[in-house]
Amino acid sequence: MPSGARGLSVRYLPLLWAGLFRKKTRSILTLLSVFVAFVLFGLLQAVTVAFESGADSADAKRLLTTARYSIIELLPLSHLRQIEQVPGVIRVAHAEWFGAKYQNESNAFPVFAVEPRRYLEMYPEFIIAADQREAFRRTRTGAVAGVRLVQRYGWKVGQKLPISSEIHAKADGRLSWEFDLVGTLDADDPATLANTDVVLINAAHFDEARLLGKGRTGWYIVRIDDSSRARAISAEIDRRFLNSPDETKTQPEKEFAVGFAKQIGDLGALVTRILAAVFFTILIMTGNTLAQSVRERIPELAILKTLGFSDGKVTGLVLAEALVLLALAGGLGMLVAAGMLPGLNHAIGSRFPPLHVTAGTWLGGAAIVVVLTLAVGLPPALRARRLRIVDALAGHR
Amino acid sequence: MRALHQVAEITLINLRTLPQRLGTSLVVVVGIAGVVGVLVSVLAMSEGFRHTLASTGRADRVILLRAGSDAELSSGVPREAATLLATLPGVARDTTGRPLASAELVVMVDLPRQGETEPSNVPFRGVPPTVFAVRDEVRIVEGRPFTRGVREVIVGRKAARQFAGLGIGSRIAFRDSDWTVVGLFESGGDVHESEIWGDTEVTMSAFRREGYQSVTARLRDGSARGLQAFRDTIRGDPRFSISVLREPEYYAKQATVLSNLINVLGYTVSGFMAVGATFGALNCMYSAIASRQVEIATLRAIGFGGLPVVVSVMVEALVLALLGGGVGAALAYLYCDGVSLATLNFNTFSQVAFDFRVTRGLLAQGLLWALLIGLAGGLLPAVRAARLPVTEALRAG
Repeated sequence: MPSGARGLSVRYLPLLWAGLFRKKTRSILTLLSVFVAFVLFGLLQAVTVAFESGADSADAKRLLTTARYSIIELLPLSHLRQIEQVPGVIRVAHAEWFGAKYQNESNAFPVFAVEPRRYLEMYPEFIIAADQREAFRRTRTGAVAGVRLVQRYGWKVGQKLPISSEIHAKADGRLSWEFDLVGTLDADDPATLANTDVVLINAAHFDEARLLGKGRTGWYIVRIDDSSRARAISAEIDRRFLNSPDETKTQPEKEFAVGFAKQIGDLGALVTRILAAVFFTILIMTGNTLAQSVRERIPELAILKTLGFSDGKVTGLVLAEALVLLALAGGLGMLVAAGMLPGLNHAIGSRFPPLHVTAGTWLGGAAIVVVLTLAVGLPPALRARRLRIVDALAGHR
Repeated sequence: MRALHQVAEITLINLRTLPQRLGTSLVVVVGIAGVVGVLVSVLAMSEGFRHTLASTGRADRVILLRAGSDAELSSGVPREAATLLATLPGVARDTTGRPLASAELVVMVDLPRQGETEPSNVPFRGVPPTVFAVRDEVRIVEGRPFTRGVREVIVGRKAARQFAGLGIGSRIAFRDSDWTVVGLFESGGDVHESEIWGDTEVTMSAFRREGYQSVTARLRDGSARGLQAFRDTIRGDPRFSISVLREPEYYAKQATVLSNLINVLGYTVSGFMAVGATFGALNCMYSAIASRQVEIATLRAIGFGGLPVVVSVMVEALVLALLGGGVGAALAYLYCDGVSLATLNFNTFSQVAFDFRVTRGLLAQGLLWALLIGLAGGLLPAVRAARLPVTEALRAG
């Protein structure tokens, strides 16, 4: 708002309101179309953020070591000691994909076979009660599960978890396994919460009981002392296994997560393009409505000027009208999107990272409101500014 | 008769004066084009994905996996079992008596997308020479098939388009070996076009595997009874621990997560977009007609009836809507049809590519939507214009 209107803006509110709702149907239609665009923006942004959440929750001091040629190949457990000896490495944990099938649903949730102490120390952001942590360590058939999974399936700590594997048979050749649920994993922030959507089982028991692949694991997680040396340490780890039958590929956790998000690839770009098309269409239509509204009110604006409103004030009034309209509709849209997400999260269960409207999305929304306000409001505002009273009143538009 | 004559008269006047109202008319056209364009392209994405899935696999073919596995990646079929399976009487044979069964292994290889450096998981399938007889939809469209026993590959058309360095003649380094691309294949637009194929034996030794992941076989009797008989044979044979799935059933299962995601994305976006932009388009239509209030009142003052006015306004609205719809649909067709998109299939952990398909049905759907907007947008203001007392309407100007 230009300086002339500063501090007095409250006084102009009724005037603004009257201008906005001069034609009710029109204003309500405009409000609704902008509103819907912002609901869509809020929802789609939440999806995009969720896709990238892996990268956000990544710890710069964690590296991931996988088989060099394919992340689905296994590595020998003996790599553990060798990785531990690399300078700069503080501790190492390992995990393996179990390929769970629960209640006949393939990959209902990921199950990792881990060494409990090492794994939980590696992820201090997971919240687990001390006694449960201890129980997981001591119980060979023990398992801990993320809270969202526990809620989704109505599990209780202490119960048996019958889970089949699509990959690993037990020594008797059967694919059905049973574990004892001894604890739950929780997390504070939503991005980390998505990482707790797993069931962890005890690798020692798993390795002993399985038919094939004994002595191997899926990947290593490596904690280092200095994140700025992540690349050098990664290269050193890989160098140790070069030309062995089990070459490795080590990369910072963040890079791994980004790479994974990139695999989703085009879908993210597509969402952005859809939003751009939506906003472009809205822009043209809202712009047109506003321009017409100003056109119709030229005599009124001229009267305002006659009454002593400065050019700046008239310009400000028109711009403020656009701002109020867009901010109102946009804010409501985002609020509704944010309000829809808990229900949506509940509906899709833990199959997808939790969706939420972040501060970044709010800022993005605000930026769009400002840009749209300028794009839509400036031309009619300038037109109102240039208005010459005599011409306008005489009807020379 | 008189009324009809009047309708024709006013409609002609309206349409002839359209260019004079270029601004407002254009906004209506652009707005509706935006709605229809986004709608058609988003639906074309769902349609394309559905098509890729639907065209993968044939009902008379089955895929044999290890019992309990729902995906090739988690399955394993030992060599001996694969050989025995092919000789079962339920499996069809070609004219020379060779069983139409293809024992295959799948590994993941890392390849960057075009113009990127981050690797993506691309499926690499080792196939026996019989594969071309079993999957007779596969055609080499450029180059030649790979030679047995040599590190040569053929590349699916979609994979060649999506990933870097897969042109004929180029060499790709996987594991400790160099492979030469010797051909491009098509397989009716199905998921195999996102893959790279090489000779089974060579693949097995290069990737250090000792067995297959699946056997795909053509059944002698593809009916439900034939399938049941085949299943019973396998279940009754203690040498096998194998589950039998019809191909279409298997591939549909493979994409449940992604197809849900794409459908939810497609329908949510198009639903919201349609509603939001419809409000906007309605608005434009509404204001376009509102601004001609005086004109309409004049017509009525000189003796034209209410109905002809309504009809003529409606015709104009529909013409503009249809024009917008046509432009939107044409843009969607030009920009989206045949564009391919690759993303991660969450079930298989590998890339799947599919093409947008702007079908006639979708174009018709887009135009229908445009007409509905035109109808809704034109009707209310037209009726209002016709009802408003002439004197009042004339004064309002």
